[in-house]
Amino acid sequence: MTGIDFTAGWVNGWIITIVLINLLGCLWLLWWTRKRPDDTIKEGESMGHSFDGIEELNNPLPHWWLNLFYFTIAFALIYLTLYPGWGDAKGVLGWTSVGQWETEVEKAENRYDRLFEEYAQHSVEKLATQEEVVKTGQRLFGNNCAICHGSDARGNVGYPNLTDGDWLYGGTPEKIKETLTNGRGGMMPALGAALGEDGTKNVAAYVLSLSGRQGSGDAEAGKEKFNMMCAACHGPDGKGNQMLGAPNLTDDVWLYGGTEATIIETLNNGRQGKMPSFKDQLSPEKIHVLAAYVYSLSN
Amino acid sequence: MSNSQAATPQYEYGVVKQFAVMTVIWGIVGMAVGVFIAAQLAFPALNFDLPWLTYSRLRPLHTNAVIFAFGGCALMATSFYVVQRTNQTTLFAPALAKFVFWGWQLVILLAAVTLPLGISTAKEYAELEWPIDILIAVVWVAYAVVFFGTIAKRTTSHIYVANWFYGAFIITVALLHIVNSLAIPVTLTKSYSVYAGAMDAMVQWWYGHNAVGFFLTAGFLGMMYYFVPKQAGRPVYSYRLSIVHFWALISVYMWAGPHHLHYTALPDWAQSIGMVFSLVLLAPSWGGMINGIMTLSGAWEKLRDDPVIRFLIVALSFYGMSTFEGPMMSIKTVNALSHYTDWTIGHVHSGALGWVAMISIGSIYALIPWLYGKKEMYNVGLVNTHFWLATIGTVLYIASMWVSGISQGLMWRAVNDDGTLTYTFVEALKATYPYYIVRMIGGLVFLSGMFLMAYNVFKTMSNPATSGNTAAQPA
Repeated sequence: MTGIDFTAGWVNGWIITIVLINLLGCLWLLWWTRKRPDDTIKEGESMGHSFDGIEELNNPLPHWWLNLFYFTIAFALIYLTLYPGWGDAKGVLGWTSVGQWETEVEKAENRYDRLFEEYAQHSVEKLATQEEVVKTGQRLFGNNCAICHGSDARGNVGYPNLTDGDWLYGGTPEKIKETLTNGRGGMMPALGAALGEDGTKNVAAYVLSLSGRQGSGDAEAGKEKFNMMCAACHGPDGKGNQMLGAPNLTDDVWLYGGTEATIIETLNNGRQGKMPSFKDQLSPEKIHVLAAYVYSLSN
Repeated sequence: MSNSQAATPQYEYGVVKQFAVMTVIWGIVGMAVGVFIAAQLAFPALNFDLPWLTYSRLRPLHTNAVIFAFGGCALMATSFYVVQRTNQTTLFAPALAKFVFWGWQLVILLAAVTLPLGISTAKEYAELEWPIDILIAVVWVAYAVVFFGTIAKRTTSHIYVANWFYGAFIITVALLHIVNSLAIPVTLTKSYSVYAGAMDAMVQWWYGHNAVGFFLTAGFLGMMYYFVPKQAGRPVYSYRLSIVHFWALISVYMWAGPHHLHYTALPDWAQSIGMVFSLVLLAPSWGGMINGIMTLSGAWEKLRDDPVIRFLIVALSFYGMSTFEGPMMSIKTVNALSHYTDWTIGHVHSGALGWVAMISIGSIYALIPWLYGKKEMYNVGLVNTHFWLATIGTVLYIASMWVSGISQGLMWRAVNDDGTLTYTFVEALKATYPYYIVRMIGGLVFLSGMFLMAYNVFKTMSNPATSGNTAAQPA
């Protein structure tokens, strides 16, 4: 474990020196003022100067307060010796914050990994029927996925609904795990420049016609353009391609919205979808359980 | 107690009056913005989908307005008054003092315009962009010249303790502001800090915590050291204690900043130093509270009769409470629970409302009749009402944030038997909702007291003199 070079070497000695001067200076100050500053003035009497009518009494420092002060200084000296504190010197206990983190992670892994390893022995389909496992998966979902897909997994604009059985990349356990592990990058190119304004309108009209609706453009003309520019990904019948994550355009399920205006916007500017990879955050066993939860939503 | 006023100099009160009145006005503005953003947290629709009204832009406006506009004006009003009276001399360079007033108001106005426009360095409590930073530095140096110039021409043999605290506040804030604001300008409204990474974070929190230590603590202790003994008519409890806690406070505070960066990329040794110095800070902080409260010994009955004394003494009590809470929260194991939760917000406000605002309000209530030659405030009963509104508002605020913050901390770390987190973030957010409403009500109660104050101050100023003698300052 390498440390962070926050300061150059000489600064360490400098820091140690002024920390010590400050703490010992406080002790000296306490020692110096425990005695009466001027023996001619009795305790509890006025110091003899008056500022705009305000006088000051020569009262001693309260004992309990002095002891509190001594105690905190002693604590400081001991703590800085036990833990890292005197410059970048390691403390007597050898403690580091990275070490503490590693210990806690190890402890957690020892405690919880067995459970997940046991779950991972069974198929996703089987786990999806076990209430306890689904609940665990749901909690993983709540803390890792809900921010985009919603706590009910019904998605949001740009974030797929996971409960409707409509899959961009496939809904088999293997495909769900693949999506979770490696993430996905959706890419609809911007076609506005290539299609032109009328072309865009016509293609939108054709896309609308695929789910039985009408647009303001010429759907027949749009179909021609569609076959040239869109069919490669979405297929000649518009039913999409899960290999590429190209959505089915015939089922009236819309990732970014299905109004004519939104479809024209999608055609003009394209879309970039991003499902992040979770392989660095969740172990394969946890991804297995999470997949069981997602699978259970539509099966 | 009663020195003769035979050779009383003709004190310069014009600038003191200006700052005193603006303290009340900026107090209302800053706290109103605070109540509004508290309401936004409970009812997010209140940002009306306007970028200028979003929480992210109004929150720095609130902090800047209450700290630098309200607190700053209170400190400048009282320091210009106290430095003259306790050194028995008139203000040095009164024309420069006028510049300090108008310059500071300009800084505040520029902040009120640029922050809602989204012009920000994104450094907490130092959000203003570089041209305003330069103006602040110029005004601040002028402030220092007037203050220390006045001390230099004093006619007293010693320098009274209130001036030590005001002086430390003025010098240190200049240092903090200039070092933390060093930046490379790109355009008139955008600059980049000269520091990078963990170093930038450390400089920022060295600044941030010492802004608390020197702007919000040392400066207001200066205020306390004049107005508490003056209003109580009692000598300061212990001269020796004031020496010890002054030097210990200003030296130890310098190290406490890293406690804002526990369990981050800041090196472990720097975090350790931040934590232990925060603990050592407990005794020097309490030294000021002891000296203030014990000054009242022998005159406790004044707590019953004088609402101004109530403000001052309750302020000291909140000061003692939050300077105990602060060191506790700096302990790493406590911080692991409290950090990033509303507990921190509650802690800040027990200092900001309970200590800073209450001591300022009490001092202004004492000061206004003295400045305008009145025996007392126009309506002392209203001062008492204000006291209770301020106290209840503060208690509602900090109690709701304790419950909310500790709930958040516990919910975020709760783990199920399978190792998954028990609560999602949204569930913790939902749990805090009722406390956000209580906090908003607390803020509203506190703010309502400020309107009573504005009315009372206005009536005191505009009423014909009741004592018949404008020179009748308390001796």
